[in-house]
Amino acid sequence: MYAYDEIDRTLVNERVSEFRDQVKRRLSGELTEDEFKILRLQNGVYLQLHAYMFRVAIPYGTLATNQMRALAHVARKYDRGYGHFTTRQNIQFNWIKLAELPDALEDLAKVGIHAMQTSGNNMRNVTSDQWAGVAPGEIEDPRIWSELIRQHTTLHPEFSFLPRKFKIAITASDHDRAAIKIHDIGLRLIKNEKGETGFEVLVGGGLGRTPFIAKTIKHFVHGRDILSYIEAILRVYNQYGRRDNIYKARIKILVHELGIEKFSREVEDEWQHIRNSSLQIDEEVIEDIRSRFTYPVYEKLPHMPDELRQAAADPDFEAWRKNSVAPHKVQGYSIVTISLKPTGGPPGDATAEQMDALADLADKYSFGEIRVGHEQNLALPHVAKRDLPALWKALDKLGLATPNVNLITDIIACPGLDYCSLANARSIPIAQELTRRFANHELANLIGRLHINISGCINACGHHHVGHIGILGVEKNGEEVYQITIGGRADENAALGTLIGPGVKFDEVADVVEDIVEAYLALRERPEELFMDTVKRLGVEPFKERVYATR
Amino acid sequence: MPLVNGGKITDDRFVKLAVDTPLPEGGDILVPAERFLGEAEGLLKRAGKVGVIWPNNRDIAELVPYLGQIAAVALVFPTFRDGRAYSQARLLRERYNYRGELRATGQVLRDQFVFMLRAGFDAFEVKKQADAEAFMQTAKRYSVFYQPTGDGRITALHRRMQLRHSEGVGT
Repeated sequence: MYAYDEIDRTLVNERVSEFRDQVKRRLSGELTEDEFKILRLQNGVYLQLHAYMFRVAIPYGTLATNQMRALAHVARKYDRGYGHFTTRQNIQFNWIKLAELPDALEDLAKVGIHAMQTSGNNMRNVTSDQWAGVAPGEIEDPRIWSELIRQHTTLHPEFSFLPRKFKIAITASDHDRAAIKIHDIGLRLIKNEKGETGFEVLVGGGLGRTPFIAKTIKHFVHGRDILSYIEAILRVYNQYGRRDNIYKARIKILVHELGIEKFSREVEDEWQHIRNSSLQIDEEVIEDIRSRFTYPVYEKLPHMPDELRQAAADPDFEAWRKNSVAPHKVQGYSIVTISLKPTGGPPGDATAEQMDALADLADKYSFGEIRVGHEQNLALPHVAKRDLPALWKALDKLGLATPNVNLITDIIACPGLDYCSLANARSIPIAQELTRRFANHELANLIGRLHINISGCINACGHHHVGHIGILGVEKNGEEVYQITIGGRADENAALGTLIGPGVKFDEVADVVEDIVEAYLALRERPEELFMDTVKRLGVEPFKERVYATR
Repeated sequence: MPLVNGGKITDDRFVKLAVDTPLPEGGDILVPAERFLGEAEGLLKRAGKVGVIWPNNRDIAELVPYLGQIAAVALVFPTFRDGRAYSQARLLRERYNYRGELRATGQVLRDQFVFMLRAGFDAFEVKKQADAEAFMQTAKRYSVFYQPTGDGRITALHRRMQLRHSEGVGT
């Protein structure tokens, strides 16, 4: 957990007062909507189909319980009693009033939460692994570096008006839970042969209309040089990124058009000018940031406590434990994922009551800490194993113990046409229907790990390109049509899915997914062969045949 | 359009010349980049001061040989969404040590003042009178800065180090 100091607090308060003044000038007509648009976007405020939407940053996915309660308070006081967790460790409120936004921001600022740069053409919220600091085998806690970069990218005087948005993600584990390869800059924390911390730097990943998997631009950048290296990338992008066409303005297009070799030479040239400047980080600075992260004082606990042994007799508990509980780096503790994907519910939504109750549970069972993952689920990162049965009972009462993490109903979906002014098609109702079709957890477990991602338009907020099954809603002759891809993935082996054939209608989508799943169950060599592996082994053809044979 | 220079609304001593405007006898002039590069020698011999209006899509390094002889560089924000001139400004100040007037032109609104000051601008052709009048107040809006730039403002990281040492923490 990172605790703001007086310096961080001052900046956030100054930002709130600036935005209050901007809203005032907009309401008085001093600022035109065109002028105000850029300013409100830089503060996380979109104008959607029905109302303003307010996106709040949860940097690197770490929340303290007082922060979670403040989010619940905003949901209750300024919105309609719920919030929506996104794929980039943000939370969105959908029904906010413009005139009340400065008050909402002020309430959040009191607990060290802000909405700076959660939209607009600037550096967005820095994201990381939701298991950072607790995952077994992690090299070191990537949040220290995430926080360093968060600060550096906040209100940056040179890079606040970039050609397009810019997203950075960091991981420090072999298994990439932060989807770094679909980010503008992906950082993989590694050690060099001297044992010094640095990063493999990837650049140019991104989804949207023209998806690209990020490429490695440098195999090792020393930790002390990471800010200057990022600055060099951004300076090249700020000057040469395209501004003539919004769909070609992301850095991925610049990298693609120049080629990674030429692009990396440009960056290298720039970097040599600035690497030995005040951007160099000394160990003391890192130490200072590290000192403001607090870590739990863990107890010495048994690997298999009696409470867990006794609860194992309850098949419902066991189903949840096997699905949602992951190993922790400290013996006797677990990481608990909390599914925000109940049967029939919109993926990623939580009510104010659930948020408050979760904060209470985190205080009781997880040293007051909550995490948010890009899969639109939450996690309690430090739960003593002996507390798992009691925690499960409490979560179950709140409707937060659906044992479907990483299964077919753990769907990532954008808000789609139900909320979003960019969408061409609905996303949430497709997700809801699929969670009903596969509501039987035995069936879902039989199928095994399978990620479905749904986007309601080409902008790909639901990351459909990297879903094992990807569903993209488009509009054709006034009708919603859905294109289905298979074989995508967002992890360390990131890949883009392949289209299986012509689009299908709204009410056919769930049937098509069922067909794909049935084909997989029939084709897999053994139960352990995951959907992804079968697709890799056989390609899309057999799935295509199955889906279109009767259509 | 009001000009803010040295924090105050002032008269603009420079006259802007188009590509084909006849050269006035005396007085200070601001000349488009292309014309300046074509006639630099003659322009620099004149009695008055010379400044250059530099577009945001032209490499600023081309101007470097003349930086010691010109009195002003005007960078352009065609819309305030377009942030290329921030990079040009920092390069002029921090890499090429340019110390003359650095002027922001185009769609310059009060909400950019702090960014512009931090990037090295010291003169502003402000779009709206009210924004120009609010300059000093707006410039003081922030007291915390996370990034080091050439403007000399102390960064948050630096301030923390000072605090640590003065408190004797971390020894």
